[in-house]
Amino acid sequence: MSRQANRAGDPRKVNGELFTLTYGALVAQLIKDYENDEQVNKQLDKMGYNMGVRLIEDFLARANTGRCNDFRETADVIAKVAFKLYLGLTPVVSNWSTTGDEFSLLLESNPLTEFVELPPGHSNLNYSNLLCGALRGALEMVQMDVDVRFVQDILKGDNITEIRLKFIKRLEDAVPVGED
Amino acid sequence: MTIYNFYLFDRNGTCLYYTDWNRKKQMTMSKEEEFKLMYGMIFSIKSFVSRLSPTDMKDGFLNYSTSKYKLHFFETPSGLKFIMNTDLSVGSMKDVLHQMFSSIYVEYVVKNPLCALDQPITSELFKNKLDEFVRGLPQFAVKPGS
Repeated sequence: MSRQANRAGDPRKVNGELFTLTYGALVAQLIKDYENDEQVNKQLDKMGYNMGVRLIEDFLARANTGRCNDFRETADVIAKVAFKLYLGLTPVVSNWSTTGDEFSLLLESNPLTEFVELPPGHSNLNYSNLLCGALRGALEMVQMDVDVRFVQDILKGDNITEIRLKFIKRLEDAVPVGED
Repeated sequence: MTIYNFYLFDRNGTCLYYTDWNRKKQMTMSKEEEFKLMYGMIFSIKSFVSRLSPTDMKDGFLNYSTSKYKLHFFETPSGLKFIMNTDLSVGSMKDVLHQMFSSIYVEYVVKNPLCALDQPITSELFKNKLDEFVRGLPQFAVKPGS
């Protein structure tokens, strides 16, 4: 995401392995620094959130999509535009709840976990938890409070990686402060 | 044609950046008061426009003109508000304001981890790039003698 990368052409063409390995080094360091997997998950989520908050501006500037009218449109934009732009893949949107406020992103492959095997004793670690934080942070900036979590993970022996998104509420615009 | 001044507000109503080029009438109140007044007006106009519109709106509020100047408005889905005052002969500035967002704000503020996103912008790089960009616009040209 550096400015240099932007000048050199399409940042999507930055070596994907560099990204994957850098992320791996980050997770490995967090595992060393924190006592348990829960805390590592929390840190990854927090870092992701901070990235998402900035990434949304980059996304809006590039994709030039307007405001989404409903959660289904949001799901489509996330899967077909955002994942494509930043990770080069298109997850499948499925498992809609009947009320339309919950859906899953199904990833057959996860670019973050390309070279990863979870060692025994880390069954609680959500290796790619940064993604959840990034989605949450980005959506919060467009006035959507959303809960994001992993429900299936290929690293843990599931057939597919599934990220569940649940719409909680719409955040209201700030009203200007009144005269004192 | 000429461009008078520029305001950038965040989603909470903080004025992130203000600058002027050919503002002839000086403000009669403190900057902080003026920012509050401007944000309040924009907020109200937005709500007016969306309530009174007889059809479904796509873009919402874009600009207004008085007998002396024209105010241009552009808002991102993330709630950033770009406001620019020009003279009356200037056409739509929507694309220009979008460009200020995508090639200046995103590049020099969002991608600068040292710039807090909810504080007034202090980056010199941003200031310079913005100034350079606006001065280079065809709408900026000041007619001699005007």
